[in-house]
Amino acid sequence: MSYNGGAVIAMTGKECVAIACDLRLGIQNQTIATDYRKVFRVHDKLFVGLSGLATDMQTLSQRFAFRHNLYKLREERNMKPTTFANLVSHMLYERRFGPYYAEPVIAGLDENNQPYITGMDLIGAMAPASDFVVAGSSSESLFGVCESFWKPDMDAETLFETLGQCILTGVNRDCLAGWGAAIYIITPTGITAKTLKGRQD
Amino acid sequence: MSSSYGDINVSGGIGLDSESAPFNLELARRNSMIERQGMKLPRYLKTGTTICGVVYANGVVLGADTRSTNGDTVADKNCEKIHYIAPNIYCCGAGTAADTEATTNMVASALNMHRYGTNGRTSRVITALTMLKSHLFKYQGNVSAALVLGGFDINGPHLFTVYPHGSSDSLPYATMGSGSLAAMSIFEAGYKENMTKEEAMKLVADAIKSGVFNDLGSGSNVDLCIITKEGKEYLRNYECPNPRPYASQSFSFAKGTTPVLRSTMLTLKDVVVEEGADAMEVGA
Repeated sequence: MSYNGGAVIAMTGKECVAIACDLRLGIQNQTIATDYRKVFRVHDKLFVGLSGLATDMQTLSQRFAFRHNLYKLREERNMKPTTFANLVSHMLYERRFGPYYAEPVIAGLDENNQPYITGMDLIGAMAPASDFVVAGSSSESLFGVCESFWKPDMDAETLFETLGQCILTGVNRDCLAGWGAAIYIITPTGITAKTLKGRQD
Repeated sequence: MSSSYGDINVSGGIGLDSESAPFNLELARRNSMIERQGMKLPRYLKTGTTICGVVYANGVVLGADTRSTNGDTVADKNCEKIHYIAPNIYCCGAGTAADTEATTNMVASALNMHRYGTNGRTSRVITALTMLKSHLFKYQGNVSAALVLGGFDINGPHLFTVYPHGSSDSLPYATMGSGSLAAMSIFEAGYKENMTKEEAMKLVADAIKSGVFNDLGSGSNVDLCIITKEGKEYLRNYECPNPRPYASQSFSFAKGTTPVLRSTMLTLKDVVVEEGADAMEVGA
């Protein structure tokens, strides 16, 4: 997980959910890009963030999009977050003995606009959470900041400020992640995407 | 075993069908190559666990802690380790989290299909046991699930332990996981034959707490599941001996604390714009 580096956090609020990633792509200690987004939209109320080996993150995001398109053709509706999480879990466990090197973080609003977030290890063991989920090369420091800054029932603006502080301070103690961050705030009425200013070293 | 209707494999996605290859190994060669080049293997989620069960006068009590770990980090402070197998059978899992989850799910759906084919007759615990151990034995211990299986069927209450290599024991009281020694010490000291439900619940809860406090891989809360002839009672977070010891500081950041370079509202993709729709009627 430390080959390309990266960090992803998902956090819940009151009828809103947010997911953030840093912007660095590296090959070990050499930085290749500083505008590399690790969060992907599945549909308007469901996002997936991926951390780990970049090649596998890209393959997986494309396979998720493919599977969701097939589901929409067959069912004429979007996937529920829980359904999508089970699909991802199955796709990863299928490769139990030859896994994709990627840890997904799923964040979305369900049919009642209640937040749903779950993390997963690289072979699909789900860990649903009611507060926050972190993944990536700086997961220890991200755990620390999230554990102290998160509080229940935040509105969209508070959620943004809290998550923004968590991702920026969390990745500052990680050489392999940073160079700014991107946050997606998902509410029942729309998605706001913000690019954050971070340290460039 | 291989029974397919069209393209739907009845034995379940990744399971039980000995002819098909259930796992996709495409990436295994690539992965061992990049590991040889020095990339560190990411760690799997484990449940360094205390799980146990006991048979009492007219049923079984299963118990589990709720900590899931990733290396030395606590990944989930309140995870569920007592898995559903059938309405009358539950199973505690220790080992690699994905393996215990996937293995128990697979057996649960195979038993569900089996009930459809047998006029909905109540599943037997030995059927679940046989499915679990033949799957685990097939993978020679590489599917690392250590299980405590309990249930109540036509032959009464049953309790089994299943090891990752596929062996099993039938016992009146059983423990598994990294906290198994701590829990077993409580059972050895306090087990009696024909206990009441309350005595059995207390004994199991004490055994789990012994694991929670004496084993580093176990922690947080106690989950219980009681299975009798009448049905099951799933007591999630039966005891919570580890509440957060410090009050939440309630940090709050003033609006505009986080430096934003760009902010955009994304276009929604799922909103249908109806062109040429009738204009809204205004007034009378």
